[in-house]
Amino acid sequence: MNMNYTAEELAFRDEVRAFLDEKLPADIAAKVKGFRRLSKEDHQRWQKILSEQGWYATHWPEEYGGVKWTPVQKHIWDEESCRYGVPRSIPFGVNMVAPVIIKFGSEEQKQTYLPRILSGEDWWCQGYSEPGAGSDLASLKTRAVRDGDHYIVNGQKTWTTLGQHANMIFCLVRTNTEVKNQEGISFLLIDMNTPGITVRPIITLDGEHEVNEVFFEDVKVPVENLVGEEDKGWTYAKFLLTYERTGLAGIGLSKAALTHLKQLASRRLKNGRPLIEDPSFSQRIAKVEIDLTAAAISNLRIIASVEGGGVPGAESSMLKVKGTEIRQAINDLARRAIGPYALPFVEEELDLDYDGEFLSDENAAPLSAQYFNNRKLSIFGGSNEIQKNIVSKMILGL
Amino acid sequence: MDFRLNEEQQMLQDTVARLVRGEYSFEKRLEFSETDLGFSADFWRQLSELGLTAVPFSEELGGFGGGGVEVQSVMAELGRGLCLEPYLQSIILGGGLIGQAGNDSQKENWLAGIASGELKAAVGLQEPQSYYDLNNVETRAEKNGEGYVLNGRKAVVIGGHCADLIIVSARTSGDSDSADGISLFALSPDTDGVERRTYPTIDGAKGCDITLNNVQVGADALLGEEGQAGGVIEYQAGRAIAALCAEAVGVMEMANELTLDYLKQRKQFGVPIGRFQVLQHRMVDMMSELEQARSMAILAASVADGEQGDERRRVLAAAKNVIGRAGQFISEAGIQSHGGIGMTWEYNFAHYAKRLIAINHQLGDDDFHLERYAALLQVS
Repeated sequence: MNMNYTAEELAFRDEVRAFLDEKLPADIAAKVKGFRRLSKEDHQRWQKILSEQGWYATHWPEEYGGVKWTPVQKHIWDEESCRYGVPRSIPFGVNMVAPVIIKFGSEEQKQTYLPRILSGEDWWCQGYSEPGAGSDLASLKTRAVRDGDHYIVNGQKTWTTLGQHANMIFCLVRTNTEVKNQEGISFLLIDMNTPGITVRPIITLDGEHEVNEVFFEDVKVPVENLVGEEDKGWTYAKFLLTYERTGLAGIGLSKAALTHLKQLASRRLKNGRPLIEDPSFSQRIAKVEIDLTAAAISNLRIIASVEGGGVPGAESSMLKVKGTEIRQAINDLARRAIGPYALPFVEEELDLDYDGEFLSDENAAPLSAQYFNNRKLSIFGGSNEIQKNIVSKMILGL
Repeated sequence: MDFRLNEEQQMLQDTVARLVRGEYSFEKRLEFSETDLGFSADFWRQLSELGLTAVPFSEELGGFGGGGVEVQSVMAELGRGLCLEPYLQSIILGGGLIGQAGNDSQKENWLAGIASGELKAAVGLQEPQSYYDLNNVETRAEKNGEGYVLNGRKAVVIGGHCADLIIVSARTSGDSDSADGISLFALSPDTDGVERRTYPTIDGAKGCDITLNNVQVGADALLGEEGQAGGVIEYQAGRAIAALCAEAVGVMEMANELTLDYLKQRKQFGVPIGRFQVLQHRMVDMMSELEQARSMAILAASVADGEQGDERRRVLAAAKNVIGRAGQFISEAGIQSHGGIGMTWEYNFAHYAKRLIAINHQLGDDDFHLERYAALLQVS
């Protein structure tokens, strides 16, 4: 039983801190910490810095330009980067499609796409969900029909996060309708600039444009863009989902959000005293901090158990549920902390270069919107109910 | 980082587990509970023979100076067996208080006996009005020529009914809720003026309330410096909290195993009830709460014997809060998942459920520890 970092791990943490001290742009960190909007350019600027450091692709083998971090090192990176206000990495290229290409893709696909992900030349998005295929993903209907050297793709994908910035999309498509749902699916890499593709924004309840619908009308996709074998896409999809699920617990993000909440509650007043000294509010904060402490140890236990390699199993599903509940509870408290100022929806205060007077607290404007936005946490990456189904089946044997 | 037990700790845990499996069937436990002693003298002797009662003590006392993790290994298995023996009261608390506060002759007189299990100690730190605040002490100890005269009442002294040595807190100065001015006294329950009202507890153990009526004790009954026991009590209560958390994890493990088995076996509407999603999800929640509790028990064990300070206070309050909440959830959800059979005395699940609720009432419940934690919130 040893809960401490080794000397090498501590040295790594120092290295991470030194890097972030020196290289993380202050304007980007300020946006992240204040829950302000990040532009495409912000993301790309930061990705370039990470790539130059060689720290962008932490799931990849070294031969493809990845860096071989242990689970503990990844954890240290996660903790420190959340603390510093590093932008959430856009995972679709580097952490989702890339591991699939590396494991199941052709040599040509590896040579083509991996360098472009590293350099930031390609921005990937994910074509999984459809209007009729959410939790029941395998019932997807987007059709790909072989026609000579091409597939002709017709259908619709939805909830495509940041698809408006993307030039590439990886899609699950149905190539066989004669077999069981899971057995007729293929994994296609599609250039978003192909004729017949239309991207339409979905405005979410907080007024943001984060997700999209993507329509495919007779879209011609070269057969060399098929990953692995035709009709075997479900296997690759599930492999990808294990990567998606890791880290969805968002422990580091919750820690950063909790720090923010406590600072906010120290500034806001109730009965003439800082809100954080109010008995009932301080106990609400205490409870969520305690739950987060426990979840953080659970997370470390999972990390330590996979230190030898591999990805965590269904345990991470359980932690996803707990972790997202905690983060939502923190968002809830942050909204409550500003009392009536949770009502004004002052969008201009969301921009970092806003130089007018703040209506209340300088961090108040995004809080209600963020609370509503993060209701997504318990829905995406496999809803929390689906996670419980997974645990029930895989761990409990029910 | 490594969350596995080392070889020695694993052997220790396996030893306790084997003993509990062999000697502590549910049926036997019911019998032990119904005796006057309220536990198994034979099992207690076996714990002693295997050196298990000496685990936290030094080598001279037959132990190996076990810390939080070793205690955790023992307590978790005692929890799985719902063992009734006074390990927490005598070994952890009694031994801990004497070990920390006692002078050389007191240690010499009592510690070897406690470590071998021959001398059973019990501790009276709570009072009828104190709720869970161990600084709230109204029992008075007045100095006189021969030592001290004690007057007051100590509440819910688990194991006090059969203890050979009773350690009580009493106020030698200060206001009734001040941490200053509290002293500890170790006395024989046979001392004139000591009255015990003994009762069974809801979870199958035994305890008593102790009334002290002009109890004359010698100066050698005082443990540690007069008026300076507040910190000692807090520290040792912290060790006991960590031990209780470990025990609770063992109890929860069994509660969850029993419930999961039941979901797989019990059929209604022609299928095992574990096919129903509403029960599956509740079972997953029970498991998730157990994992949270396990994480906190590990964290608590890591600070149990560490340096006192706000960080240790926070961890222990957080741990007891999580264990309290998780225990109640598993207790209630488990009874509900079992349905009618979960309500019966003759089926073992209910006894695990009762122990979990009882643990929440020992050394502070989840509300109490939430309040403590909230008072120690740090803003960075």
